[in-house]
Amino acid sequence: MARSDVDSRGRPVVVVTGTGVLTSLGNGKQDNWRELTAGHSGIRRISRFPVAGLRTTIAGTIDFVPVDELSAPALSQRLAEFVIDEAVDEAAIGSSGDFPGPMFLALPPVEMEWPQRLALAAASGANETVTYDDLLRAAGTGRFARYHERFLFGSVAENLAVRFGTKGSPVATSTACASGATAIQLGVEAIRRGECEAALVIGTDASVNPESLIRFSLLSALSTRNDPPEAAARPFSKDRDGFVMAEGAGALVLESLAHARARGANIIGVIEGCGEMADGFHRTRSSPDGKPIIACMQHALDDAGLTPDAIGYINAHGTGTPENDKMEWVGASAVFGERAASIPISSNKSMIGHTLTAAGAVEAIFTLLSLRHGRLPPTINYDTPDPTLPVDCVPNVARDAQVAHAISNSFGFGGQNVCLVVGTP
Amino acid sequence: MASPRDAMITGIGLVSCLGDGVDAHWASLMREGGCQPVVDHTSFAPWPVHPMTALELDRQIPRRGDQRQMEAWQRIGTYAAGLALDSAGMKGNADLLSRMDMIVAAGGGERDYAVDTAILSALPSAADPGAYLNEHLLSDLRPTLFLAQLSNLLAGNISIVHGVVGSSRTFMGEESAGTDAVRIACARIAAGQGDLFLVGGSYNAQRADVLLHYEMGRLLWKQPFAGVWHRQVQSGGMILGSVGCFLVIESREHAATRGAANLAHIAAIATDRSRRRPGEATAIATHQFDAMRQHLDPSHAAVISGASGAPAATMEEAEFLRDLRLPVRATASAFGHSLEPSFPANLAIAAISLANRRLFPPLEASELETPMAAELRQVLVTSWGHWRGEALAVVEAA
Repeated sequence: MARSDVDSRGRPVVVVTGTGVLTSLGNGKQDNWRELTAGHSGIRRISRFPVAGLRTTIAGTIDFVPVDELSAPALSQRLAEFVIDEAVDEAAIGSSGDFPGPMFLALPPVEMEWPQRLALAAASGANETVTYDDLLRAAGTGRFARYHERFLFGSVAENLAVRFGTKGSPVATSTACASGATAIQLGVEAIRRGECEAALVIGTDASVNPESLIRFSLLSALSTRNDPPEAAARPFSKDRDGFVMAEGAGALVLESLAHARARGANIIGVIEGCGEMADGFHRTRSSPDGKPIIACMQHALDDAGLTPDAIGYINAHGTGTPENDKMEWVGASAVFGERAASIPISSNKSMIGHTLTAAGAVEAIFTLLSLRHGRLPPTINYDTPDPTLPVDCVPNVARDAQVAHAISNSFGFGGQNVCLVVGTP
Repeated sequence: MASPRDAMITGIGLVSCLGDGVDAHWASLMREGGCQPVVDHTSFAPWPVHPMTALELDRQIPRRGDQRQMEAWQRIGTYAAGLALDSAGMKGNADLLSRMDMIVAAGGGERDYAVDTAILSALPSAADPGAYLNEHLLSDLRPTLFLAQLSNLLAGNISIVHGVVGSSRTFMGEESAGTDAVRIACARIAAGQGDLFLVGGSYNAQRADVLLHYEMGRLLWKQPFAGVWHRQVQSGGMILGSVGCFLVIESREHAATRGAANLAHIAAIATDRSRRRPGEATAIATHQFDAMRQHLDPSHAAVISGASGAPAATMEEAEFLRDLRLPVRATASAFGHSLEPSFPANLAIAAISLANRRLFPPLEASELETPMAAELRQVLVTSWGHWRGEALAVVEAA
């Protein structure tokens, strides 16, 4: 039976009509899906900057996309441009540079980086001791005006809005490692409100640089299993020791089902429900009882009008930190009860690493592709099961499975939890 | 016509150089002889800055451990959020807080200046600059600094300290982050996608690194204090101010059900962007105004302007405002420009003025800032970002 244009609560059904993805596995859906279902890893030894003295020397960097004057916002913007092009092209919506709806962008926080700081210091002419007064003096020459624009929090979204002609004020969001899912939720809500018929949603992150890596390292969040790099990300394994930083981007064209039908668009999948719940327990750790994670999944199911038994696959947040995977299992086992151990729950991060701000969008796209192709990507590096986590993580080899509804989890620092329920058209 | 889905302001938390809380701000704005902005001309000379008033942090952030985990911008914001919840009569109400939706407009935290300058001084002559950078960041950065800088951790701290956990979203993008946070909260209320919101942000202007950022764009005023409009006679420029502002915004019916007092009604709000070629911002603002003007009674209306002082945008906004022929107050002349929280703070000033049914006296001698004797019933609040983003709201007496 064909879906109705509105859901059980009378809201417009929100569908996906275009996706674009870029990760360390490659540029575009085709390459990514092939590599992902082959169980290949995109994690490598870092070559972008010297790694001498670092505890973690591996990452899922994007080194095949050139960018002028490399910085996190510059490369994040460039990655976003690729994935938007792919998504808009697939959706065949609007015309070039004229997207008929608003933009919601998940973006890593922005700040000036060491190369720019060093350039200012050099230009200041300061001798042995450089102070911020010296940097300020160099700034006043006006030679660094481009840095003002580049390192504004708003300039990536602004530049993308100009290039793709999205409508209205572009919203850039950060909910840490849940950002991509938050951006999708913002788009879904806008369409459900009837504010627009289509929305362009992006998650992008290219922040593998020395200071960002060291910040996570100082929080003991990163895997230090550097050799071989592709074996470091080990979600649900007993010997997991942290996540692997990675870069990537994902874009989705969201549309009301009515609008997509009216223009004869090819419908890839449905964003059936979104749930969120903040956790006030701790800055980096989840409530030990898992209540916020449980509530988050339940809210997403409620929003989708589904009960837990409708879910056939869980795309895990699955970072491979000892804490995350344990709490994700606590959450899943509470929500899904005895079925929890038999629902396939796999982690894309075992192969692409943790794309941080982009993860929610990238993994929602992989979830949609899993449903569409009837094939679940594996959790690789699953050699030593953790007996306390009796999950079916689709170990090491992709599996064929026809699934109608799946849930994609995103949890982040600062008590950020967002879950999405996606379904087949 | 009142609708149950109207977006009502039912709580305000506001801190700036003018003081701690709504009453301190109103008293300062109504001061006999005119508002006296507090300006620090020395700490960052030649750049004047509006410093945050002294806050008794323990009143809103009782655990010292929490205070230590935050940078100043997070403490300012978490403090202001607590004031807003107090003002709305919600503090500690776990039932309400557990379903309160939060949208925070955030930038980021400050650098560790000692670490930065030590590295900048020694790195160029280091035998292996890359290894030197790694070694010193690894050994000298405080592990907790990351979280104290991280944009979404203002929201995270509000969840931890005040228990706001219904949802937590952080918007980034200078002034537009603040305008879109309010717009989306109001839109969700109107559409029934939420009843109760905490919206706002904070800004610490007393930082060499933010001065550096805007000095690179040569957007700062480098002379003794002058009002926003007066600065335009010369080269223009921003004076940054430390500000924290959070608003409790809820549906009229939700406020009524829980017996909350309405402070003001956000009757209309629009946000947009342009590339800022001459006239583009005016075209957007005019379009926004035209959609709202039918509800406006000019004889009882005034403008609270978010003009930043940045030259081109402020000049163009002045022209736009001149044509409206309404009394204008540019609050950056009172507590500085504060990027993300600037628009929420101006909504707060509008709400305070409406609750008092009068507009405060002009903040500077300017043809735009005319006195207003009539009862104040409506306020237009503008936000033209220093670089991008144009927003307009109509706030009405509750």
